[in-house]
Amino acid sequence: MKTLSRRDFMKTSGALIVTFSLAPKSALSAQRLDGASSNQLDGWLAINADGTVTAYTGKCELGHGLYTAQTQLIAEELSVPFNRVKLIQCDTAVTPDQGTTSGAQSHPTNFNQGALALAGATAREALFDMASKRLGVPADQLAVKDGVISVKADGAEKVSYADLIGGKKFNLTLNNRAKRKNASEWTVLGTPVPRIEIPAMATGQFEYVHNVRVPGMLHGQVVRPPAYGSTLVSVDENSVKGLPGVVKVVVNKNFVGVVAEKPWQAMQAASKLRVLWSPVGGLPKQTEIHDYLRNKKPTRDTYLVNSKDVDEKFGQAAKVIKATYHYPYQMHGSFGTSCAVADVEQAKATIYSPTQAVYPLRSTVAMLLGMQQENVHIIFKMGSGCYGINGADTVSYDAALLSQAVGKPVRVQLMRKDEMAWENYGLAYVIDQRVGVDKDGTIIAWDHESWAPTLGGRPGGNAPGNVITGFLAGFQPAAFAARSPAPDPTNFGNNNNAVPSYVAGTVNGRSGGTGNIRSERVLTHDVQSPFFTGPLRSPARLQNTFAHESFIDEVASEVKADPVEYRLRHLSDPRLSDVVKAAAKASNWEPRSTRGAARRTGIVSGRGISCVLYEGDNGYCAVVAEVDVNQDNGRILVKRLVIANDAGPISNPDGLKNQLEGGALHGVSRTLYEEVTWDDQKVTSIDWRTYKPLPVGADIPKIETVLINRPDAPATGAGETAVTVVAAAIGNAVFDATGTRLRQIPFTPERVKAELAKRT
Amino acid sequence: MAMINLKVNGRSVALDVDPATPLLYVLSDDLALRGPKFGCGLGQCGSCTVIVKGQAVRSCVTPVSSVAGAEVTTLEGLGSSEKPHPIQKAFIDEQAMQCGFCVNGVIMTAKAYLDRNPKAAEADIRQAMSNVLCRCHAHTRMIAAINRYAKGAKA
Repeated sequence: MKTLSRRDFMKTSGALIVTFSLAPKSALSAQRLDGASSNQLDGWLAINADGTVTAYTGKCELGHGLYTAQTQLIAEELSVPFNRVKLIQCDTAVTPDQGTTSGAQSHPTNFNQGALALAGATAREALFDMASKRLGVPADQLAVKDGVISVKADGAEKVSYADLIGGKKFNLTLNNRAKRKNASEWTVLGTPVPRIEIPAMATGQFEYVHNVRVPGMLHGQVVRPPAYGSTLVSVDENSVKGLPGVVKVVVNKNFVGVVAEKPWQAMQAASKLRVLWSPVGGLPKQTEIHDYLRNKKPTRDTYLVNSKDVDEKFGQAAKVIKATYHYPYQMHGSFGTSCAVADVEQAKATIYSPTQAVYPLRSTVAMLLGMQQENVHIIFKMGSGCYGINGADTVSYDAALLSQAVGKPVRVQLMRKDEMAWENYGLAYVIDQRVGVDKDGTIIAWDHESWAPTLGGRPGGNAPGNVITGFLAGFQPAAFAARSPAPDPTNFGNNNNAVPSYVAGTVNGRSGGTGNIRSERVLTHDVQSPFFTGPLRSPARLQNTFAHESFIDEVASEVKADPVEYRLRHLSDPRLSDVVKAAAKASNWEPRSTRGAARRTGIVSGRGISCVLYEGDNGYCAVVAEVDVNQDNGRILVKRLVIANDAGPISNPDGLKNQLEGGALHGVSRTLYEEVTWDDQKVTSIDWRTYKPLPVGADIPKIETVLINRPDAPATGAGETAVTVVAAAIGNAVFDATGTRLRQIPFTPERVKAELAKRT
Repeated sequence: MAMINLKVNGRSVALDVDPATPLLYVLSDDLALRGPKFGCGLGQCGSCTVIVKGQAVRSCVTPVSSVAGAEVTTLEGLGSSEKPHPIQKAFIDEQAMQCGFCVNGVIMTAKAYLDRNPKAAEADIRQAMSNVLCRCHAHTRMIAAINRYAKGAKA
């Protein structure tokens, strides 16, 4: 078992932590870096003359506790007190280029044998070498505590980090073989250190990007087109002439904005500015969006797996079962609208931005402003929680364009409608599932085919047109690369969780999946979206997992198998089986072979389970949902969620628990409520009356978490696991309660009632 | 423009502003306060909430002229990191937020409600919080923090 501090945590938090030990893995499969990073130790950390440590990271705080966890990491690797470490995050002038803080990649990137963790280990070994020379004692006879290295045999013989190198550079490259501190020795990492920002947030002292004020700063607002595809015809500047505080009307191709002295003045001017736009129409009907996706041409087709014997196996099957699942467009809907402050001068630009990607943003802002990227400085300042690509990059462009036009610093905070009507939405999906089962009810072949829309996305370093402002300013979204038919896969990857957990995932003789069904075909089709799309917390993975985990449940019911036993029967990855077992155990799962006898009226109860290995290699999670279904009005009440999660070694158990709880409820909100709506021209879900998430005061489930700690496994992501599994677990619980299968998100009361009415 | 006198967190201020300006912009721009925030500008989410005459008021849809002369309390008026108000301390102790952007609305709405209804049951508290949003969905911890504060306030 783990240290005392962890047991103390178990007592106080109510979370159950189970510790497993694993053989160390030689390959860190989950580790991916998407920035140039830095191999220079001085790029990652410095020992200051006063003995404090300054560390630099390219992975930013988004509300998920990463800033605190990274501070813990450095304090641990260097054996210095937590409060002696100052972490600087995401500033193109000083921090390493770590690409984008996204995809649940920060924990795997910075907490394994690379990047920030490796910098800590390299520095520690270098400091021991220096101390060894200074004290004339071999390094293995030295110990360190609180930044002071002493001789084990004679504690009076000692030297501090500050004495060794305080205020000076290491001039070392990162040492790939530097030894990380063993998790069994951790005293800071692995403990529930409270989040650094929370006291300031709770008392209104925290500086978000929204609070950045620079001298001479003006305020901007944007005027977006009224409809998708609409282009600018003319702007009547006289319509705002004489309004108080108006500084300038800015027009740049189809980008229109106003700058004023005060925020309220800018809002008034933006609402009163008369702009003529070209009329358009012809968005696909919302009620027909899924047929639209299924039939849209051209497509980009991809085989994730194809054993080429699926049709043959279906011919041999005792039974073939199929179903189709539908998912809507959803939005990030960040709670605070996006905001940025830009100060663009003749030859240089400084942008305070809540972007997840300071270096890529530097490149695209440079493109937008016609500058060299070396002259653009992006400084990350925390915004409202993002969950993927919200308006952070777009508003940074807005502020940059307006500031350039007036030659003064400009702050822009988007209006609610401007944020919600022009987001890069999370993907709608159509998913066909089909399996063949043998006479024992075991699955012998699985066939999956899906259609999902795409347009734009993260701008990366070269596509500002992937978000609305860049597009309006004349840049095109990344071109759609049609490809049909799909080529044979060359290696196995399951980044989108398109491949169900229950198949072997065999490509070129190597099985990378988590299941044992050997006959498998997964074919995906991307089609061009009528709306901008982009990653929204668990992009594609949530949609695919909803379909997989609902379908395995349907099949289990069809062959009269218990949903837990049936999953375990088809799984080959012990860690995935373990989270399923842990969630089942903690929820006192009662095995069942068919749904309970349901009454047709009144409130009935049910339970459902669901699991995932996120991104195919980046975190295990299972959840059991307990629901009540009111069969008279179609309302679903989620009463309890029991989550088991395995993200490798736990860096901060309370932070992990907070992520699982929030992710699970985010999942409930998306499952029951959230759906982007539109008419033939424009998006109509543009505020909190037309896009309704789960409010704080709603009936919310009791959430219990089982944290499985694997100190010897690679660190994986944990911010997107729980949100991925909730939808299917709720749907499966509704089936258990009512005998009715819900295959379309969101599970609105109207939809539930309509499905219940179909019961024979 | 007109001179408006306000009392914010115990301090008197006189401002020359358009009387129709929503209170939020005066607080966050003219007075540079960080507690009340712009979330929707429509009075729908709660992030701009301040307390005026004991009531939770959505400052983004409240003209500044309508609160002239009144005492306005913002989140920073309750307490500081060093000396947090008991309800702020409850949120810190429960680690009851993620990005924290919504927490102004959550705390100010809950405080105004509990000040008027100190014996409220949890179901009543939830009802009072039914128009407040949090997109990180830290709801369970927030309700736990409010209950912790409510119990402490009753004791």
